[in-house]
Amino acid sequence: MTTQNATTELQTGPGRDPSSAGRQNPPVEVHDLTVAYDQKPVLWDIDFELPEGKMTAIVGPNGAGKSTLIKAAMGLIPSSSGYTLIYGKPLDKQRRNVAYVPQRESVDWNFPISVMDVVLMGRYPHLRLFQRPSREDRRIAMGALEEVGMAEYQNRQISQLSGGQQQRVFLARALAQDAGIYLMDEPFAGVDAATEKVIFNKLQELRSRGKTLVVIHHDLQSVPNNFDWVMLINLRLVAFGPVAETFTDENLQKAYGGRLNILSQMVERSRQQRFVREQESE
Amino acid sequence: MDIFFEFFSLQDPNIRYVLAGTILLGFSAGALGCFAILRRRALVGDAVAHAILPGVCLAFIVAGGKDPLMLIAGAFVFGLLSMVTMDFITRNSRIAPDASIGMVLSVFFGFGVVLLTFIQSTGYVDQSGLDDFLFGQAAAMIGYDVNVFGGLSLLILAITIITFKELKLISFDPSFARSIGYPVKRIEFLLAMLMVLTITAGIQAVGVVLMASMLIIPAAAARYWTDSLRVMVVVAAGVGALSGITGSFISYTAPAMPTGPWMVVSAALVFILSFLLAPGRGEIARFVQKRRLRHRIASENILKTIYSMEEEDDRTDRVRPRRELARRRHMSKRELNRAISTLLRKKYIAWFSGNPGGYVLKSEGRKEAKRLVRVHRLWEQYLNQHLQIAEDHVHDDAESMEHLITTDIEHELLESLGSPERDPHHSKIPYEDADEGEKDGDNNAHNNQEGIDQTGEPGKQNPGGRKSQTTKPKGSRP
Repeated sequence: MTTQNATTELQTGPGRDPSSAGRQNPPVEVHDLTVAYDQKPVLWDIDFELPEGKMTAIVGPNGAGKSTLIKAAMGLIPSSSGYTLIYGKPLDKQRRNVAYVPQRESVDWNFPISVMDVVLMGRYPHLRLFQRPSREDRRIAMGALEEVGMAEYQNRQISQLSGGQQQRVFLARALAQDAGIYLMDEPFAGVDAATEKVIFNKLQELRSRGKTLVVIHHDLQSVPNNFDWVMLINLRLVAFGPVAETFTDENLQKAYGGRLNILSQMVERSRQQRFVREQESE
Repeated sequence: MDIFFEFFSLQDPNIRYVLAGTILLGFSAGALGCFAILRRRALVGDAVAHAILPGVCLAFIVAGGKDPLMLIAGAFVFGLLSMVTMDFITRNSRIAPDASIGMVLSVFFGFGVVLLTFIQSTGYVDQSGLDDFLFGQAAAMIGYDVNVFGGLSLLILAITIITFKELKLISFDPSFARSIGYPVKRIEFLLAMLMVLTITAGIQAVGVVLMASMLIIPAAAARYWTDSLRVMVVVAAGVGALSGITGSFISYTAPAMPTGPWMVVSAALVFILSFLLAPGRGEIARFVQKRRLRHRIASENILKTIYSMEEEDDRTDRVRPRRELARRRHMSKRELNRAISTLLRKKYIAWFSGNPGGYVLKSEGRKEAKRLVRVHRLWEQYLNQHLQIAEDHVHDDAESMEHLITTDIEHELLESLGSPERDPHHSKIPYEDADEGEKDGDNNAHNNQEGIDQTGEPGKQNPGGRKSQTTKPKGSRP
């Protein structure tokens, strides 16, 4: 009988004077972020500041809490403690400026909706509640589709797309949002080679336009060539910094190798003790 | 026929009331049901519908009779209460959602039946017809009822239209909605309220037991006809309204017949028709597609068979008798005939009479056959190299994959395998480019075979009678 007794929304940061929060503030600051599901720690006390205009890979073994980190930092799931600042301002005042790309599997691709409609959702943060997208919004959405090479699919229903095309649609939605920061949850999972190329090119182009990018990534081999910074996590922040200094065997060993450190042992123990869901208990 | 005109001339004010009530209800239930089924909350709707019964009974006791506004209030309170309870149980215990839905449905409904029995045993004046709320009694609707319940339906429709964009967003991708700062919790609550209100609007006409089906069935039927949420909502509303008309008409023609259950049956009929007939997604359309695919596979297999016979004796000018094809491919005579006639129509093969008569590949057909054999062998090679599947286990899989591999996938296979020469069984992988083969044939011993296959053809010894015929397709090759 445990509830999420923690704060359900991310607290906004300590009172900062918004006027002094200029561009010199880092695009994303995460402070003291701890996440627990039913008292089982999933992320411990994460602290970091993202550098502006860089492309950062978040890597770590399965179950290390990579997705959880992004979701909790965005306030999509409850965290026990911690807060996020965007350009020094509370997240809730800056949401339009952060484009979040969820995992592809997180939505129902049989939903009756067209490619164009999904991309138009990227324009919603620029619209008031109940306000309909304008012709200008459609033009921007169309431009985003063109950028990922999906313009001809605009009227397709989303279930008719391949996995790679679905991922491109999600990227187009983020592009249509026209944000300064992009948080992407495994954009390369299960995509074809062509899509991988399109997405990497697009990300590089965004970076060259000064955008800040964070990508949860599985393919360790492609980290050094494609990313500027890397964050290794395994329930805690193992290492974070420029790829050249941080992406070392020693750090990788710490994140991936030390499987049986005390922390993960405890997590394993608490997982085993979780009793089975009762099926029908009327 | 008379009764038809009598009904639809709408002379009888009672008919007008009933029709207006059921049509409006059908509209709102159909429209809102789309969101219920797309968010996988259809069962919740059923639980809420059953759970409002005690609210209806309590409203009756408090008001001392059937007052529509009181009934709505009572039903609404218990509808919300049941939703909160289900949510609370799921959130705060290890009980899965389906179990909590089941519990709330039966416990609330059981309590309602207890209250119903209590009211009937204590002899309220106006108690007659209270159990109509179980299965509805549209015929008992009077002007005031229709104004109240119909007004409620209109309100629900209006809110659905105004908040359409928001409802769509949270139904499709709630975490993205949260990430851009949408008040997802509040919109979800609004949707829950609309659902409770819709069910409440139906207690008079359809009743608590069957109301959920007016939410679910029109929406489920509508899904068959469209890939657009907006169209789906409109179609579902239409199906709901149509069911209202049909139900009212049937209960009018046969007075002992209840309206609500007939509305449900009509909606179910529309669903069955959609299930069978809808273009693309309906069962019949899918059956036709499946047959078409099977047929295509059969003709592609014949094409391949002729090609492999060419490979075996290295002769492209020899006719392949039907008997021989039938022996190599285990398919029924009818299937074989259909496959051959398709290939003839596509000009992939040509028939030559003689003794024995038979078929030869035309250049387009050989190109297609080569493509099939190529993707088959590439796939085998891929399975063997990249997935470490033993050589003797890859054939069957490739046999079905060859019919599905698109040009894009073929290119990706070629890229990742680096255009291999042979498959795991050391059979040659045939490539299309004839010029390439020629060049390679000159200076590369490996490709010698291919060189002969493509450049040596015209010079081959052709048995006199067939010469002109067989060289004709080859003449069109580059």
